Amino acid sequence: MSMLVGLLLQGLQMALVLALAPLLVGWVRKVKARLTRRRGASVLQPYRDIFRLLHKEAVLADNASWLFRVAPYLVFAAIWVAAALVPTYATSLAFSEAADLIVIVALLGSARFFLALAALDAGTSFGGIGASREMMIAALAEPAMIMLVFSLALVAGTTSLSAVAEHMLTGDVGLRVTLGLALIGLVIVAVAENGRIPVDNPATHLELTMVHEAMVLEYAGRHLAMIELAAAVKLVLYVSLLGTLFAPWGIAQFGAGPQALAIGIGAWVGKLAVAGLLLGLFETSIAKMRVFRVGEFLGAALLLGLLGTLLLFVSRNL
Amino acid sequence: MSVHVCLFAIFVLLSGCPAGIWAARRPGGSALIYSVCAAVAAVMAGTALGVLVRPGETAGAVLPMGVPWLQAHFEIDALSAFFLLVINLGALAASIYGMGTGRSEPEAGRILPFYPLFLAGMNLVLLAADAFTFLLSWESMSLASWALVMAHHRQSETQRAGFVYIVMAAFGTLALLLAFGLLAGAGGNYAFSQLRQAGPDAGLGVVVLLLVLIGAGSKGGLAPLHVWLPLAHPAAPSHVSALMSGVMTKVAIYALLRILLDLLGGVQWWWGALLMTLGALTAVLGVLYALMESDLKRLLAYSTVENVGFIFIGIGLGMAFQANGMNAAAALAYSAALFHVLNHSWIKSLLFLGAGAVLHATHERRLDALGGLIRRMPYTAFCFLVGSAAIASLPPLNAFASEWLTLQAILLSPDLPQWLLRFLVPAVGALMVLAAALAGAVFVKAFGIAFLGRPRSAEAEAAQETNRLAGAAMTMLVVLCVLAGIFTGPVLHVIQPAVAAIVERPAVPGFGIADIAFVAPTGVGGGSYSGFFVFLFVAMSGWGAALAIHRGASRATRRSPAWDCGFALNHPAFQYGAGSMAQPLRRIFGTVVFRATETVEMPPPGSVEPARYCTTQRDPAWDLIFTPVAGVVAAIADRIDGLQFLSIRRYLAMMFAGLVALLILVALWR
Repeated sequence: MSMLVGLLLQGLQMALVLALAPLLVGWVRKVKARLTRRRGASVLQPYRDIFRLLHKEAVLADNASWLFRVAPYLVFAAIWVAAALVPTYATSLAFSEAADLIVIVALLGSARFFLALAALDAGTSFGGIGASREMMIAALAEPAMIMLVFSLALVAGTTSLSAVAEHMLTGDVGLRVTLGLALIGLVIVAVAENGRIPVDNPATHLELTMVHEAMVLEYAGRHLAMIELAAAVKLVLYVSLLGTLFAPWGIAQFGAGPQALAIGIGAWVGKLAVAGLLLGLFETSIAKMRVFRVGEFLGAALLLGLLGTLLLFVSRNL
Repeated sequence: MSVHVCLFAIFVLLSGCPAGIWAARRPGGSALIYSVCAAVAAVMAGTALGVLVRPGETAGAVLPMGVPWLQAHFEIDALSAFFLLVINLGALAASIYGMGTGRSEPEAGRILPFYPLFLAGMNLVLLAADAFTFLLSWESMSLASWALVMAHHRQSETQRAGFVYIVMAAFGTLALLLAFGLLAGAGGNYAFSQLRQAGPDAGLGVVVLLLVLIGAGSKGGLAPLHVWLPLAHPAAPSHVSALMSGVMTKVAIYALLRILLDLLGGVQWWWGALLMTLGALTAVLGVLYALMESDLKRLLAYSTVENVGFIFIGIGLGMAFQANGMNAAAALAYSAALFHVLNHSWIKSLLFLGAGAVLHATHERRLDALGGLIRRMPYTAFCFLVGSAAIASLPPLNAFASEWLTLQAILLSPDLPQWLLRFLVPAVGALMVLAAALAGAVFVKAFGIAFLGRPRSAEAEAAQETNRLAGAAMTMLVVLCVLAGIFTGPVLHVIQPAVAAIVERPAVPGFGIADIAFVAPTGVGGGSYSGFFVFLFVAMSGWGAALAIHRGASRATRRSPAWDCGFALNHPAFQYGAGSMAQPLRRIFGTVVFRATETVEMPPPGSVEPARYCTTQRDPAWDLIFTPVAGVVAAIADRIDGLQFLSIRRYLAMMFAGLVALLILVALWR
């Protein structure tokens, strides 16, 4: 019985993540528009975009192989599964034991691997520029992320995300230097991985600075819809991860009743809204940096993670 | 019993050596030799698996061969059985591939006699149970592989590779010879059973450790002794490259484990620190080289350097735990290292066979002359893609599982008492993950430039798919990689006897034959991983998404020229090449480590000459170690040169002085 409930809750989370992802993107765009004194499109615009894309024909470059057609589904599946493994409104969902934080990082890496390959498949120069830069960013962001995982795992004594979240909820964690370092580092990684300002600009095309958009330039129709949706899910994933680890309030714990679950969902949506607001604020207040400055930016995250881990190796109480 | 089966199989291989000379002139000869090798490899792999599944019995044999009063000792215990399995599975795949492509080999006479000898040498190293047999086998393995490297000896590149290789191999064997000499002491007992009983001498242990690191490390490709490896491995025919990179480096790992953990014993914590540091540096250096390399087979060889670094990290971590009596953690780290040994042997063999298929079809190893092969060689492309994803540590494939286990072992290290280790281990972990992430970039480059995009040369455009047998060899390895990633528990279960041979440990949870789905090495509450469920989960989500799309969305598809922001220029040279793919990372890492520079020469205004863009980088290992050492050797040689023109009287005086000096030395020693 409990297994069935677990599966149902897991399914609900996957559905919710998928349903809310475009809304978060629309919300961030709306916040940014208002902050720059524009009215901006409706927060529902991303849904319309995806719907429209789904009903367009898919244009494939002459040269594109089967990899180009399969990659959007693979990318989407890997990111969606990674998002399903992050506790959003409840911990200890059905699949949480199949994978820990390290696996989530690696699943995101798989998605990136196939997207970068798909970018090279059409044989154009923009695809190559996107792929090579994406891999540069990933090569720095991934170790930074793993070091942050290390410091969190050392605090909680496990790499299982549900267990980390439940440990954070117990209250005896308190304020720690390492958690502060991890928070800053994770925010930097989240900004870079989602292709937000100052690392990349999700709103531009035809600019030499662009990374993610250059990779998906040749995609159209349903394939592009999958990739856009996957990018939105990834944003939800990172926001949920930050919420679960650093603001776990309201999350329903193992074996909670319907009321606790409802509170959990409410708290999660609230966290998404706050995070969207902060992201919009952050993005409007700073400028995009040069591509080759990104190395220093992400190097800071890596060093923060390493410093946090080292402090924990010195004393478990720091 | 199993020893006798193996020895008989090796006898068959050795008789394949003269048969190879005969077979090279016959039309079906190469297929015959390779099929015999494949059969022998299959038999030996089966025997080794049998020993691993039914542990506890170590079988030995003594043959009246070799130096008269020593005899030749052979033995199979769990550790050698594990490495026998690794080597013979790789050899099986390489031999099947050879059956497919051997006929079109122009220099068959230079390959067929040495190929069985090479296999026999590697197997004998693992079976040897005395120092003399071990060194003899080691040297025959080195010389046979040298002969295979020199198969295409007319290319100047190969000549240089062969020269550097033979020098390094001789140097490595010398180091091992000295190590065994120190282990045996004055007693002159060379059988492993007697060496084991002798017990370590603390001062001597340090020297043995350093000598083994030089001897086994140079064969395995440990930085900075790796310089020969990217020259020699790619120069050999591709199935031999697969054996050298995927398999022979594992023999070096075996030698290291056998001598340090079994024969020398008494592990010190700082051994672990040393090995870990060297491993982490090797991993990062190797992957950075690979990133900047634009020759497919050299890229793969550098990636081997990286993976040997990974294995050393695992072994070093295991030593650090073992020296502090944390045997469960040590078992976890050693399991991760041995699992990676297995994984890398499969993945690297697969990739080299794939590169061989490409080389065979296009006669090109330069990435910038390939491209678009996914359309011309779909099967090879698929196999190479699986190998690339596996070596980039993507879940649910096998190398991710071993990386995950190593990370779990690293997370246990705050319990270590030594402060140096506590600080070192997280840094090593960071370097390891950095190397893994860079490996992703390397294989996006390797697969993306070679197989995707548009063909960059006429040869790539006219490429033909490889033959069935070569395809079968690659399929076998693809299946192994996927299965080991998904069913991690049973594979780890098979490895456990080998781990038990190097560290006495309690039973590790999650490594049983029944633990198909989950691996949770640190017990309840620690992290757990299930390759099976991750695979199932991703497959179901992707399939569900595709199904929903095909039900609900527009299925109309149109082909058109690539859009490329409207700039689509039709020449394939406008695509990203190997150098341009590596450029962002080369700017970040290369300028410091390799002193990489980019120079642009622009023609004067008004001139229509082409602009030139050139990048240079230097290998610090050559600059800091090999060139100075070679310089010193040359200077000494110049001095000694004068000795060949002495008079008889002076020669006699020199001999007398030498004798006196030696006698004084002996007197002092006593």
